[in-house]
Formats: sequence, C-alpha cells, structure tokens
Amino acid sequence: MTCHDYKDLMMGYLDSELNDEQKRRFEQHVSGCPECAGELEEFKRLKAITDEVTLVEPEDRIWQDYWGGIYNRIERGVGWIVFSVAAVLLTIYCGFRAIEEIIRDPKVELIFKVGLLAMLVGLAVLFVSVLRERIYFWKRDRYKDVRR
Amino acid sequence: MLSVCQEETIAMRRCRRGSAEAFEVFVNKYMKDAYFIALGLVGNREDALDLSQEAFIRAYRNIKHVKPGHRFFPWFYQILKNLCVSHLRKRRYRQAASLDAEDCPEVAAKDDGFCPDVVAGRNETKDRLWRAIGKLDDKHREVIILRHFQNMSYDQIAEALHCNKGTVTSRLYYARKKLEELLGTGKGGYLHDVS
Repeated sequence: MTCHDYKDLMMGYLDSELNDEQKRRFEQHVSGCPECAGELEEFKRLKAITDEVTLVEPEDRIWQDYWGGIYNRIERGVGWIVFSVAAVLLTIYCGFRAIEEIIRDPKVELIFKVGLLAMLVGLAVLFVSVLRERIYFWKRDRYKDVRR
Repeated sequence: MLSVCQEETIAMRRCRRGSAEAFEVFVNKYMKDAYFIALGLVGNREDALDLSQEAFIRAYRNIKHVKPGHRFFPWFYQILKNLCVSHLRKRRYRQAASLDAEDCPEVAAKDDGFCPDVVAGRNETKDRLWRAIGKLDDKHREVIILRHFQNMSYDQIAEALHCNKGTVTSRLYYARKKLEELLGTGKGGYLHDVS
C-alpha cells in the first residue's frame, strides 16, 4: 500500500471509525512514515479547532412555534390550491358568459364583436403555441431526468 | 412501548393517508437537525429556519414517495440539501449580479454570507473557521457539517448522501485539506500554534 492508500484510513483514524485491525495497520504505517505522521498531526490540530466550534441554539420560542408554522403553511397550501382552482373556474365561466352576452346583444356593433372574437382566437393560438413549444423542448431535454 | 422505528412507520402510514397531525412526529424529532444542517449549509439563521420548514412542507406533500421500509431522515435530507443548494445558487447569482460581476465574478461569488454571529463563544479562531467552512464547495461543506456539527457516523453520512463510505472518507479528506489551506493550520500557517 502507498501513502495515498492510507489517506482514507487517516480520516477513519481521526474520527475513530476504524476497527482494531485497521487502526493497528495505520499506526504501524505512520510510525515509519514521517510524511503521513506530519499530515496526521496537522489534521489533529484542525479537528481540535473544529471540535471547539458549536452553533448558537435558537430561543425556545422558535422550537415552540416551529410545528405551528409548518402546520399553518400546509393548511394554507391546501387553501390556496382550492382558491386558485375555484378562481380559474369562475373566471372561465364568467368570461364565457360575458362574451356570450356580448355576441348575442343586438345593440353591440358588429365590428366590436368581430374584434373581440379575433382577440380570443389570437389568445388561443398564442396559448397553444406556447404549450406546444414547452412540450417540444421538454421532450428533447437531455437533462430532464437529472436531479437538479 | 413502541420503538423509534415502529413509531416512524406508523406515523408514515398515517401521513400517507393525509394526516398532517401524524407528521408532527417527524417534525419534532428532526427539526433541530434540519435547522442546524441548513444553518451549516447556508450560513444564516433566518434562511436556515425558513428552508428547514419549507423542506418539511415538501416532505409532507411527497411522503408517499418514501419507499416502504426506508427511513425518513435520509430521504428528507435530500430535500433539505436540494433546497439549500438551490437557495445558495440564487444567492450567489444575486451577489454576482449586484457587484460588478462583469469585472470580477469570482470575487462576487466568494462571500457566501457565512456570518460568524451564529457561532457560540466566538473568538477569532472560531470566526475564521466558520468563514472558511462557508468558502468550501457544497459537497465538501456538507460532510464537514454532518460530521462535526451533527456528529454523524460515516455510515449515517453515506446513507444521507446516497453514496458509499469511501466517498464520504475521500470528501472529508479533501474538505479538511481545503480547510487547512484556508485557515493556515499547516506548518508556518497563521493558526499553526493556536491549538
């Protein structure tokens, strides 16, 4: 085994993750290799500094309110979905009825009706076009299954 | 009395049936781990709190994707990590855009917002270490956080990262090497005589 092969054992040795046999093998190598012994000392020094660092514990209030915050957001999430679906349905229904009223109303000038219908057809074409483009590029995206 | 595993399995089954209350078992058990891991990954309290809560919400909504017999935490950790990495990416992009990114994008991306006010019993050495951790690559920072701040074993880290033990060891080696380089703990370095 070369020194490079002992790098993994060195980490395990530092973190007390080695079994007795691995530990013995590593200690034997280090006793005869000043380079690895020096590296181990540097890592020990770094570990001593790192072990001293702890993070500030937040106030108890944060933990007491933690689940409440999540529960509210879960509940609100369901509320928003229901609200959005209902809003979309109502908007489509009201829009359809309003357009129907305008088209049937003899008092509304023909040019307005034609303009309105043309605008709706244009919107529909744009929507279908964007949708097709998204589907086209999604199907050809080589990285679509890659977890980002 | 129920074992921890049985308790999780029962709670998981109830969550799959849509019980938000059952999910409280997971939140109470892992909220501190989630917060401190997020804090280690993104570096500030407000973002850590928000991201850890968001991770639980996403976990709740997708809990049916946890395969039967699998543990909750390693799966949850992936959600939390992805959220934190995505948050960091946006933050770096914003920083790079707000500074003169055209002239010096690498300088703009270097300050990762790792403010040492989250470190207990601060001193210069601890502040330097925290800032150095903030400068590590995401994959190197996470092994340092999981090992040193979460006290996880190599097996637990490997399970959480969906990799083998050898990869964990190798990442730890390079993460520590980089930290030494940043801190100057090697011979002749700034912190050589500190400990």
